[in-house]
Amino acid sequence: MKLNVNNAQHDIDVDPRSPLLYVLREDLRLNAAKFGCGLGQCGACTVLVDGEPVFSCVTPVALLADKKITTLEGLGTIEDPAPIQRAFIEGQAAQCGYCIPGIIMRAHALLQKNPRASEAEIRATLEPHLCRCGTHMRILRAIHRAQAMLMSASAGGGR
Amino acid sequence: MIDAVVVSRRAVLAGSGALVFSFSSAGRLLAQQNVPPLSAASPAPALPSSLNKTPLLDSWIRIDADGSITVFTGKAELGQGINTALIQIAAEQLDADFDQIKLQTADTALTPNEGYTAGSHSMQDSGTAVMNAAAQVRQLLIAEAATRAGMAADQMKTQHAAVLAPDGRRFGYGELVSAQLLHVEAAPHSPLKDPSQFKIMNRRIPRVDIPAKMTGGAAFVQDLRPNGMVHARIVRPPSYGAQLVSVDDAAVQKMPGVLKVVRDGSFLAVIAEREFQAIEAMRALAAAARWRETAKLPDQSALPAFLTSLPAQDITVLSQQSSAFAKQSFSATYTRPYLSHGSIGPSCAVAQFDDDALTVWTHTQGVFPDRDAIAEMLHMPKEKVRCIHSEGAGCYGHNGADDAAADAALLARAMPGRPVRVQWTREQEHAWEPYGPAMAVKVTAALDAAGQVANWDYGVWSNTHSTRPGSAGSLLAARYLAERFPEPAPKPIPMPEGGGDRNSIPLYKIPHIRVIYHFLPDMPVRVSALRALGGYMNVFAIESFMDELAVSAGADPVAFRLKHLDDPRAREVVSTAAERFGWTNNPHAGQTGRGQGFAFARYKNLAAYCAIACEVEVDRETGRARMVRAVAAVDSGQAVNPDGIANQIEGAILQSMSWTLYESVTFDDTRITSVDWSTYPILRFSAVPESMEIHLINRPGMPFLGTGEAGQGPAAAAIANAIASATGKRFRDLPITRARIKAAIGA
Repeated sequence: MKLNVNNAQHDIDVDPRSPLLYVLREDLRLNAAKFGCGLGQCGACTVLVDGEPVFSCVTPVALLADKKITTLEGLGTIEDPAPIQRAFIEGQAAQCGYCIPGIIMRAHALLQKNPRASEAEIRATLEPHLCRCGTHMRILRAIHRAQAMLMSASAGGGR
Repeated sequence: MIDAVVVSRRAVLAGSGALVFSFSSAGRLLAQQNVPPLSAASPAPALPSSLNKTPLLDSWIRIDADGSITVFTGKAELGQGINTALIQIAAEQLDADFDQIKLQTADTALTPNEGYTAGSHSMQDSGTAVMNAAAQVRQLLIAEAATRAGMAADQMKTQHAAVLAPDGRRFGYGELVSAQLLHVEAAPHSPLKDPSQFKIMNRRIPRVDIPAKMTGGAAFVQDLRPNGMVHARIVRPPSYGAQLVSVDDAAVQKMPGVLKVVRDGSFLAVIAEREFQAIEAMRALAAAARWRETAKLPDQSALPAFLTSLPAQDITVLSQQSSAFAKQSFSATYTRPYLSHGSIGPSCAVAQFDDDALTVWTHTQGVFPDRDAIAEMLHMPKEKVRCIHSEGAGCYGHNGADDAAADAALLARAMPGRPVRVQWTREQEHAWEPYGPAMAVKVTAALDAAGQVANWDYGVWSNTHSTRPGSAGSLLAARYLAERFPEPAPKPIPMPEGGGDRNSIPLYKIPHIRVIYHFLPDMPVRVSALRALGGYMNVFAIESFMDELAVSAGADPVAFRLKHLDDPRAREVVSTAAERFGWTNNPHAGQTGRGQGFAFARYKNLAAYCAIACEVEVDRETGRARMVRAVAAVDSGQAVNPDGIANQIEGAILQSMSWTLYESVTFDDTRITSVDWSTYPILRFSAVPESMEIHLINRPGMPFLGTGEAGQGPAAAAIANAIASATGKRFRDLPITRARIKAAIGA
């Protein structure tokens, strides 16, 4: 089947019942979406489908033929990170970092829709995500930092 | 601060004549003056930390002719930021730039054996070793350059990984090293830099591992994809000790992609070409397996009574008599349940077996002990097994990492020539990881007429806090093979660090004190090291009880603690946390729904000092307690990366809050029943405090004090004390759930 991931079309030969997560990790060799529970309980596997966050560990790839899938790799690169990635790096918003890609994806989706999301909205949005290291304060700060970057970028016409 | 130079290498070197330094520096204190003269008969003086076991400098620091510098550590990055801190130390003491240094972490083929990355020991052990090795290497390079320049060493300067002579000549470190220059043993004392000159240590240098983790780089063992890799899944028994009676695997063998079903005794697994095929095959195999189970778990609703009724080996931790007169006596019992490490990434490993040699990529905390255990299990010589640390999700102690490595090793041997990746399921991690042990504490104390604690009688009941590898029987799979490796007999971890008795001695001055550790060898539930070990429970109990005593004495809890503390560093963290928090006297208002709590401990009574003040609000309708604000003060000795310390303490406070308010492993008489995040709920974003501040008290030139676990105990007690302050009720059983609070306040 054909799969659009990070604006590239991929032809993959896969069991259509396979959750998207394994296709991303095994066929497309993408690292960011993580296996955390396989149950949709922790958020580590979160990616965007047509801009909406989904748990890739419980989403069969068969449902995604005509959809646009975005993973953390699609936001930016280590050389040229997207504002929200830069905000997490600058804010040192990670301990082990395993849960962060999923959190960034959901936060990114929120800020795309509502760059001025309030603290309460951000917390409510992140409720499906678990972080075991206790990095929550930094994660919240990093999202606020990303908001500020997006504001100044839109004011200044930059990225 | 010793601002001196090494004048000779160790006796062994002088004896061999390999390299003898002489160096004079008028007016300077020579480090060697503090050390008795060496002779062939006298034992070598102790070297700093891990250099004792691995004294050769080039075991720690390698400089190649092209100038590239590699630092070796036996410790592993667990998400605590150790890689960055070790590079900072090496760069500072070598006078190299931060980004000139590469770091090689735990690998049995390449690095020193530093045991486990555990117990908040990395900075103390490896940090101290790297610091001293780097300082000594720099001195060797200076001496070499001085010889080449024909000038005195004290005229030479170092910067950017080069030695500069006063006449402008520049000797890059790469050109100075010859084959044997660094192949010498460390000296007991090192020419360490004066902390006032630090350019890289005590700086908030961004962590080296974070950019890749934020952009989808290959950062974890889960991200390894060697050519030809196949995927395996284990079918674990349904309960502890269950025996595999039969399995009809004929249908599974025919499933797409299935390469092999492996059965050895009650160890059952499947290997497939692709990951989803392995998952499907695992499910089918699990459905086809028949097990014989035994009901042998204790009654969860009566755990404390069960623990205190088990046969115990009593260890007197401290007994100090006095004739102090006590007026009033108080008693309390505190308990904690079994707690899960709950790594967000279930355990994973990759192994490859080729030509009688095995390589395992694992997120174990101890590549060497894990290597030894795997070699024993497979009846292989140790030299034929190599364990390479590769990061996993944060572990917070002994989780399924070593067991997954053993699984991968067994399956790689069953499929030679192909790398085998084993990924545990969420349910397997939750059901099979070794939990932090349930514990009980009984304490009695008495106050004298002046409101001072005069007597203290403390007993703690606990299983061991380490069943880590070293021998095959500590590996889960090995206990289920046809050739069964029995679980080693549990042992208490001796003081001063301790296991169940870790932090069981209060730092407070109390004239008459007795502390007994009732060590429980019987382990109905699989247990091992969880962050802070017994320190979490003992600090929760001691600091809760100190609060109760303060109330009884009519004293402010902070003032009451200070009245019992002599150690000036302890006093400073207590005062700092109270001041920065804006601590107000006598918070025991009760029933206001909002309260403040305070707690303090020095981790293990020998590592970092940490005091925490927090504010908690309690919803009287639901019983829900929420930490609103926390302020911590920390003294970790010489700080290397202040932001790394803050990150660790922030994380410790939130993780401990999660343990304290929500968590307990559940089971029926046969099976573990908390097997995912719905049956084992933890902290989510809605419960995160509004603010948290960490105040670091730096101690220039003082020894590094391990910090990673220092916040765990104080956070628990500060929360419990704040809940007592908010509700007027004391909660002594963990976790302090909303159901318990609601029942107690009877709203």
